[in-house]
Amino acid sequence: MSFRIASSPHGHNQRSTSEMMRWVCYALVPGVLLHSYFFGSGIWFQILLAVVTAIAAEMACTVARERPAFSALRDNTAIVTAVLLAISIPSLAPWWIIVIGTLFAIVVVKHVYGGMGQNLFNPAMAGYVLLLVSFPVQMTNWLPVSAISEHSLNLWQTLHTILFEYTPAGYSVEQLRSGIDGVTMATPLDSIKTGLTQGYTLTEIYQRPEFSYFAGAGWQWINLGFFVGGLLLIQQRIISWHIPLGFLGGLCIPAFIAHIFAPDLMPGPIVHALSGATMLGAFFIATDPVSAATSNRGRVIFGLLIGFIIFVIRSWGGYPDAVAFAVLLANMCVPLIDRYTRPVVYGHGD
Amino acid sequence: MNEYKHLTKQGLWDNNPALVQLLGLCPLLAVTASVTNALGLGLATLFVLVGSNVTVSLVRDFVPSEIRIPVFVMVIATFVTIIQLLMNAYVFQLYQSLGIFIPLIVTNCAIIGRAEAYASKNPWQRAAFDGLAMGAGFALVLVVLGAMREIIGNGTLFDGAELLLGEWAAQLRIELFTVNYPLLLAILPPGAFIGMGFIIALKNKIDAVRSARAEKKTVTRARVTA
Repeated sequence: MSFRIASSPHGHNQRSTSEMMRWVCYALVPGVLLHSYFFGSGIWFQILLAVVTAIAAEMACTVARERPAFSALRDNTAIVTAVLLAISIPSLAPWWIIVIGTLFAIVVVKHVYGGMGQNLFNPAMAGYVLLLVSFPVQMTNWLPVSAISEHSLNLWQTLHTILFEYTPAGYSVEQLRSGIDGVTMATPLDSIKTGLTQGYTLTEIYQRPEFSYFAGAGWQWINLGFFVGGLLLIQQRIISWHIPLGFLGGLCIPAFIAHIFAPDLMPGPIVHALSGATMLGAFFIATDPVSAATSNRGRVIFGLLIGFIIFVIRSWGGYPDAVAFAVLLANMCVPLIDRYTRPVVYGHGD
Repeated sequence: MNEYKHLTKQGLWDNNPALVQLLGLCPLLAVTASVTNALGLGLATLFVLVGSNVTVSLVRDFVPSEIRIPVFVMVIATFVTIIQLLMNAYVFQLYQSLGIFIPLIVTNCAIIGRAEAYASKNPWQRAAFDGLAMGAGFALVLVVLGAMREIIGNGTLFDGAELLLGEWAAQLRIELFTVNYPLLLAILPPGAFIGMGFIIALKNKIDAVRSARAEKKTVTRARVTA
């Protein structure tokens, strides 16, 4: 009789990495569909570009590291990294943005550290931070949702904009963002941040066209789409519930307390949970099995830490959203978390 | 002569202060955003290193070993003050762009490290040469890292070289490609860390290949006696 010895993560399901990664892609579908409904078809081109770049980079790296070229592709992890990065960036960002980000994520963050299973940092988020730090203008050029946007682009116009940075009619993305009165529309989190610094109260800010029922128009539905996809992943036991729960708890509990004390200055937990990249981060990004904590207790702490950092940066930091920074900062704490949450071996506790 | 050859090899490669000893990382990472800045700080460090090594070597018999460290620091600080005033007088714009990192040469561990490890135990000629080799090794890494970051971040080389070398050097500026949006990360401090990591990796790779080759050359003999 022989025992099969596998390395962590020790899932109870008998699934291969490639199958798990395929499920992650399936679970992203509702969110991505809603994204393309609200922000136009750009996201499909971004995903395509990212996946092609990721596969090419992955093959080049495996060949350079003297491993069979197709072995690393079979586990689909590069594709998940590419898709997550493509979803995170503005859908009309120029093509070289996603190419540079994906190359950095795969080559530097993943393969330089030793390939799949060895990376200290979440590759997609490290790529995102590289892009955000290097190209702040392109990375914050989010279009207003199509319902309140002045312009809507068809497939060809979208592709043209991604390739040449201008629509066929010669509009820049900056011009596309402006509304009927020529004022540039911001994302909901941007609006909150700049509105509060200009001395508006939240009640006034929520009257703006970027907001509807619970939170930002469009963004709330995209977040709910990722939430549904995330629940599917939990139901399929691809991810455990610990990280998402910690993540949302770490974000929403402080937000709730702050909101009670300063209702016109601190957005409430629902706004936080349904804005920006919260749900994508909670269910798809923070749950990366390689760079997250390994024990269940450690995962809750890891999630809480990310959520709390997001709350702090969104409330008092310089950036409107903070999922990428929070995930990278928490990745750095993982060895420490794992050190102090190591389960006691049976019979060795006190 | 053999000793000098050994010192050169140590300073430039085997025991390079930046790549192997990893000393003086703070200025190394902070000022290498362009070749001009890197070269300016590299030359300043080289000058201080040679000067302090010679002085320390000359006074080594008069300094009680209990207070040698403060004395070395005073010597180094003197040379740093000299170079700081000289740069202030002759290359003022470069002086301004290097800013705090010129006075901070005092705290560069590579310099006091050489004073303690080599200059305080060897005659002044050798100490001077050691300073030259170590300083050159440090400056070389600065320039390579500066070039890397300037090319990736800005698409240029020797931008602003006239600040350091005089008017004629304005022609040195090479525009490799034009970038509408610079890759800011390469210019920012994280880019310095990442670039430094790649340079160290490259050096280790070269060393590994060389030692693998050297192993092949050595003839292994079969043992015939017990």
